[in-house]
Amino acid sequence: MSSDAIAIQPAEAAGRPWVETLHEWVTTVDHKRLGILYILYALFFLVIGGIEATVIRIQLMRPHNDFVSPQVFNRMFTMHGTTMIFFVAMPVLFGFANYLVPLMIGARDMAFPRLNAFSFWLTAFGGLLLYFSFVGGNGLYGAGNAPDVGWWAYAPLASRAFSPGHSSDYWTIALLASGFGSIGTAINIIATIISMRCPGMKLSRMPLLAWLNLVMSGMVLLAITPLSAAQLMLLVDRYLGGHFFDTQAGGSATLWMHFFWIFGHPEVYVLIIPCFAFASEIIPVFSRKPIFGYPVMVGATVCIAFVSMSVWAHHMFTIGMNSYANSFFTITTMAVGVPTGIKIFNWLGTMWGGKIQFKTPMLFCIGFLFQFLIAGLTGIMMASSPFDWQLSGSYFVVAHFHYVIVGGILFALFGAFYYWYPKITGRMLNESLGKLHFWLFLVGFHVTFDLMHIPGLLGMPRRIYTYEPGRGWDTLNFLVTIGAFIQGIATVVFVANLIISYFKGAMAGNDPWDAWTLEWSVSSPPPVYNFASIPRVASRRPLWDLKHPEDPDSRYE
Amino acid sequence: MRIGETMCNADRRTIASRAVGLLILLAGVLLAASLCTASTPVNHQVPSIFDPHSTPAESIRHLSFFVLGITGLIFLVVFSLLSYVVVKFRSRVGGAEREPAQVYGSTQIELAWTVIPILIVAVLFLATARVIHGIQDAPRPAGAVELTAIGHQFWWEFRYPELGIVTANELHIPVSDPGHRTPTFLKLLSADTDHSFWVPQLAGKTDLIPNRVNDMWLDPHETGLFLGQCAQYCGTQHAKMLLRVYVDSPEDFNAWVREQQQPANQDGKEAAGRHIFESTACLNCHAIAGTNGTGRFGPDLTHLMSRRTIAAGAAENTPENLRLWIQNPDAIKPGSLMPAMKLSDAELDALVRYLETLR
Amino acid sequence: MSATTTPLPESPVAWKLPYRGRVGMACLIFAESAIFTIFVVAYLYYVGKSLTGPTPREVLDTPIFYTICLLSSSLTIHFAGKLLERGRRGAFLLLWLLTIALGALFLYGTGQEWHRLIYEHGLTISTNLFGTTYYSLVGLHAFHVTAGLVMLSVVLFFGLAGRVGPEHSARVDVLSLYWHFVDAVWVVVFTVVYVLGR
Repeated sequence: MSSDAIAIQPAEAAGRPWVETLHEWVTTVDHKRLGILYILYALFFLVIGGIEATVIRIQLMRPHNDFVSPQVFNRMFTMHGTTMIFFVAMPVLFGFANYLVPLMIGARDMAFPRLNAFSFWLTAFGGLLLYFSFVGGNGLYGAGNAPDVGWWAYAPLASRAFSPGHSSDYWTIALLASGFGSIGTAINIIATIISMRCPGMKLSRMPLLAWLNLVMSGMVLLAITPLSAAQLMLLVDRYLGGHFFDTQAGGSATLWMHFFWIFGHPEVYVLIIPCFAFASEIIPVFSRKPIFGYPVMVGATVCIAFVSMSVWAHHMFTIGMNSYANSFFTITTMAVGVPTGIKIFNWLGTMWGGKIQFKTPMLFCIGFLFQFLIAGLTGIMMASSPFDWQLSGSYFVVAHFHYVIVGGILFALFGAFYYWYPKITGRMLNESLGKLHFWLFLVGFHVTFDLMHIPGLLGMPRRIYTYEPGRGWDTLNFLVTIGAFIQGIATVVFVANLIISYFKGAMAGNDPWDAWTLEWSVSSPPPVYNFASIPRVASRRPLWDLKHPEDPDSRYE
Repeated sequence: MRIGETMCNADRRTIASRAVGLLILLAGVLLAASLCTASTPVNHQVPSIFDPHSTPAESIRHLSFFVLGITGLIFLVVFSLLSYVVVKFRSRVGGAEREPAQVYGSTQIELAWTVIPILIVAVLFLATARVIHGIQDAPRPAGAVELTAIGHQFWWEFRYPELGIVTANELHIPVSDPGHRTPTFLKLLSADTDHSFWVPQLAGKTDLIPNRVNDMWLDPHETGLFLGQCAQYCGTQHAKMLLRVYVDSPEDFNAWVREQQQPANQDGKEAAGRHIFESTACLNCHAIAGTNGTGRFGPDLTHLMSRRTIAAGAAENTPENLRLWIQNPDAIKPGSLMPAMKLSDAELDALVRYLETLR
Repeated sequence: MSATTTPLPESPVAWKLPYRGRVGMACLIFAESAIFTIFVVAYLYYVGKSLTGPTPREVLDTPIFYTICLLSSSLTIHFAGKLLERGRRGAFLLLWLLTIALGALFLYGTGQEWHRLIYEHGLTISTNLFGTTYYSLVGLHAFHVTAGLVMLSVVLFFGLAGRVGPEHSARVDVLSLYWHFVDAVWVVVFTVVYVLGR
């Protein structure tokens, strides 16, 4: 049966016509294949988003540069943000969740395999629709093209009056489609985790990756939907003459802001929580100790999920809310730093007293820890709303959130790639290339994003296609651009590693890292049915118990 | 395959951490350098938030030092712990292959690192709340200057209702003596999309949002020119919606007010140019007090020559630039809402000569 | 390739987890509630803020009859489910049909009301803030009713073809959950639009 041929030995696959393989992949409902499709899709858009970032940085390399026109620049930053959040970060995280969750909880697939496939293709369609705007966006007034209203599409800038043509519609509809795809996947993850755990795997014995994806999926249900609702309202305004955000008819521009950020803030936690999951799986294995404080890690994450629903207006400190509202959002934003900090301490506690092995996955997770700490602290600075009245809308914010997204999320993701690539493909990624990738990226990241904070402190706003010379911003912007190129080179090294190792990497075997969760009990890559027979577990680390029958975890839990 | 090769990693790690340290030093030097340059008094060219010259901006800096101090301390503690852990607990070759003690957690430690952050949050919040109220709920003293700022794509309209003045892009306010305070209170409106008024050395930014009235105040302690720009993406030329705030001595401010209150220069020397203004589409958008022009879509031109720049700071206010702006605005600010006026060369020259009389 | 799978203990003990269909539908309801909440918030925020045009008090008629129809359909679908569990296919189909009829009647009522509002009072989605928020909120709900009716009709179709039996109770129950949700949303919409918003 061709469905057995997940093991990707080139020799085996050579005999089959490529159309058959393509057909299998396009019609698959297997969580592992869909996971890979999500990840490949995200990698493709990572490169595209990176190119957009490079265009931005070249334009900003010196003041009054004319590398691109203001119109093109505005499209670049809009598309860069939209792409990276919705077509890189969300898909890659759903991809890893799709691949790993059933394996880690001892299930054969997700709860709803066809919904899984449908959700992926819906998301994929959204991305293609968004990019079609570059060619198809010309609307009635010839003012169409890719969207240029920023990835928040603030009202009334995104209304018909100020965005004629169809560019904003591409943004709206593409995100509606991928939003529904995300909701579908979130439903799937929750149903899988609740209903398909193997015998013995109580919720308190699930790997943290499963727990954190459960929390993240719950947040997706509650966070993406306000954006979908707001986008439906925007469509009503743009196409049916509605007035939801029409200030001329008494509508409110700030209502859009509230709806958007009620989505937007939990969204960033949706993005970071699976990365916490990666760190929580990788750091213990490479410290050779269990995660420190498992129940607290779960509790802190649930706490973050709840509190993060109450902080959204810290993105709106400058819109003129009264002092009581500003104070409220200040304290909730600072409060969400507490459970987040607890998690950092727990990872520290995991490493304390361990025997740390500096393989590439661990290097990236250590980078994640340092950088996420700094990102969290700049976040606390901006939580203080008067300080934010200076910092908001400036390059300080841009530096902060890239510190989280690149320094935190992307680093943890790289760690996840190096850690689970052997499981997915059966081959190890090259360790020397991995270390080169790490150090190059680390240097490039810090050159760009450490320095980027400074122009913000010196008054440089964001989303500007050029700036005035002599304000102290010139050299810094130039250096920031250099760092971007270094990161680009590091990414090329990474992609090369992915490709070369696929064909030439050392064979991985079941368990190259001597790890403890169920996915390492099956072959690399796993058979299509995952487990020959459904396992039964008695602790959080079933493979530790097997390898250490004299001192199993089940004795202590 | 088992995991080994740790000795070389440890060495490489030390070298690398030194490299990172150097990088941090470099960043610190650059930061110090830029901040030092920032405090050069001439003309306040660098709009640094750490170089305030007005009460709200000063309160914010004061608070920011407190916040930076606390977050800096947290950073030092956690950074040191992380660095220590990464060095001390690395796996050594030659050590037994036994796994280390499998510690699952510790309630006391968890409690400690929950309670301490909560206390820190409480302290930070209280300090912050004081400043929020201090700035947002500040009372308005009797000598305050009242000013309405209206944001447009892509220029600033300023109206002084009590003084009967309308101007654009370049703001004049009086310096405020701490003994007899004359702060400026601004009402912020928008004619189209969202904008944000940000002059870092004078105050934190506040947005201008259509169908909403916002307030802010400035209380400058030093005369001079302060730079800023729009800080909320408002469309194609958001980048060129610049602000120039002139803080004048009381005498200079009064002189400026008197000048602005006059209607436009009526000496009749450039009647041809004035005729072009009044008979073409110019007056649909622009106002010149004393002529038929009462348009409000574009900046008021009554005292155009009292401003150093045109097009919201996009170009110096010279006859050449003025001519170019009227003939082909896209050459200076592509995407701005000023149309190319399609005048003949002679008409353009006459018009520019007229505009040059509007001091 | 799979020969080297690490052996794990087998599972003799009973292990009962919630039915995934129910969990999935609960999640969908959770998500949809968030969407409706945003539309309700917009509606409430804009109450009294229209600059022109007809106000709710002037033009709205409280649809008591059609509300009763819709809410009764929750009862009928509930009993239909119980009948199916007991194997009473005929009775099940009858009550199922009644549910669809009541839902369709509700939609008809909405359509009638909209016709009156548009042609007699000139209230459309673009008239003013009230028009925009009213048609959006009620329309979103009506859309969900329609989607529900489609799914109910699919079950009816298979039921009439003799393909639905007690073994499908769990799935039918999941669909009923959705229908109850649609009714619960109507209770909220009704309260917000016809009681609070006037």
